[in-house]
Amino acid sequence: MTALTFTALVFAISAVAGFLGAMTGLGGGVVVVPVLAIALGVDIKYAIGASLVSVIATSSGAAAAYVREGYSNIRVGMFLEIATTIGAILGAVLAAHVTTHVIAIVFGLVLIQAAYQSFKAEPETGNLVPSDALGARLRLDGNYPVDGKRRSYGVRNVPAGFGLMFGAGALSGLLGIGSGAVKVIAMDRAMKIPFKVSTTTSNFMIGVTAAASAGVYLSRGYIDPRVAMPVMLGVLGGAFLGTKVLVRAQVRTLRIVFGCVVLALAIEMIVNGLKGRV
Amino acid sequence: MDDRRLETMIGTLLRVGVLLAAAVVLVGGTLYLVQEGATIVSYRIFRAGGSEVRTLPGIAQSALHLQSEGLIQLGLLLLIATPVARVAFAVVGFALERDRLYTIVSLIVLVILVFSLWTAT
Repeated sequence: MTALTFTALVFAISAVAGFLGAMTGLGGGVVVVPVLAIALGVDIKYAIGASLVSVIATSSGAAAAYVREGYSNIRVGMFLEIATTIGAILGAVLAAHVTTHVIAIVFGLVLIQAAYQSFKAEPETGNLVPSDALGARLRLDGNYPVDGKRRSYGVRNVPAGFGLMFGAGALSGLLGIGSGAVKVIAMDRAMKIPFKVSTTTSNFMIGVTAAASAGVYLSRGYIDPRVAMPVMLGVLGGAFLGTKVLVRAQVRTLRIVFGCVVLALAIEMIVNGLKGRV
Repeated sequence: MDDRRLETMIGTLLRVGVLLAAAVVLVGGTLYLVQEGATIVSYRIFRAGGSEVRTLPGIAQSALHLQSEGLIQLGLLLLIATPVARVAFAVVGFALERDRLYTIVSLIVLVILVFSLWTAT
């Protein structure tokens, strides 16, 4: 394949991934890595390096929009980033010490979780609870708009959330993804933060998390300019379009289609990983 | 200044940073395709590139000589710097609000990020 063909193909794939990722809220990285690895035979280390870069691009690019909506909680995000960044560094170091087969299998398992997530409807907002002692001491509580009014919520189970965030960071560093899904689980389920607040805060956290492993990726050569260039530009362009049409599209149908694609990729990744072909 | 106004300002700055990074990557990428578009490539087997794409001095050197791969990496470095800048702004923001706890929290995150980038590259 010539460099021109390769670049065009990767750009197109990344643009579609970025578009779908933005519309479904699952991010582009989870699709880019398996498609590059399986369809184009790109070594998974190049793929996760390029994906990590695109994760930073979409997170930083969308920051302004999330703030405008008034959902994200900067104190929660900043506090939990202590866990995600340390986890991310360890994950990135780990990536160099395990075989690509192991990375492929772990990736497949994460994809299964992402597929499950997209089949499921968005949860209703649960009951808003007051903070527990630690949540109150850390002043993690906040408020967010519900039907035009701002409602207050508390934050609970901080140690459990912190631990889950460490895991989310490690996965991000190992696989070059944003691991937004795990971050949302940590905030929404463990810490009882409203779902909308959890997803937007997670979006703001994934860029910082990814930046923590970027240095390790760069120095090990995972971020190859010839692969990362079309991935970054494609995902960024696709995500930009995705957020523009977000309101008009049938998101529910799209999530199911997306979930099927992700599930198929998950099986491919695990099978290829077990057979030692990835 | 309240959280929201500061955050909106930071968000806008970040978007400018991302666009700038994308522009540099685009210039480097165009140059790369013009010069080497017809080369046969394969990424089946991982081989780490030289210092000109892996270390800060190497990338700076390569970009200064307007080499395509150095320019792309420079753009990607700018991109990696955007979340770091975001955390640095948060440190300043919390300090201005005299919020000691969160000045320290964001400072810890900043130190982790800088430490990681510094020791690696």
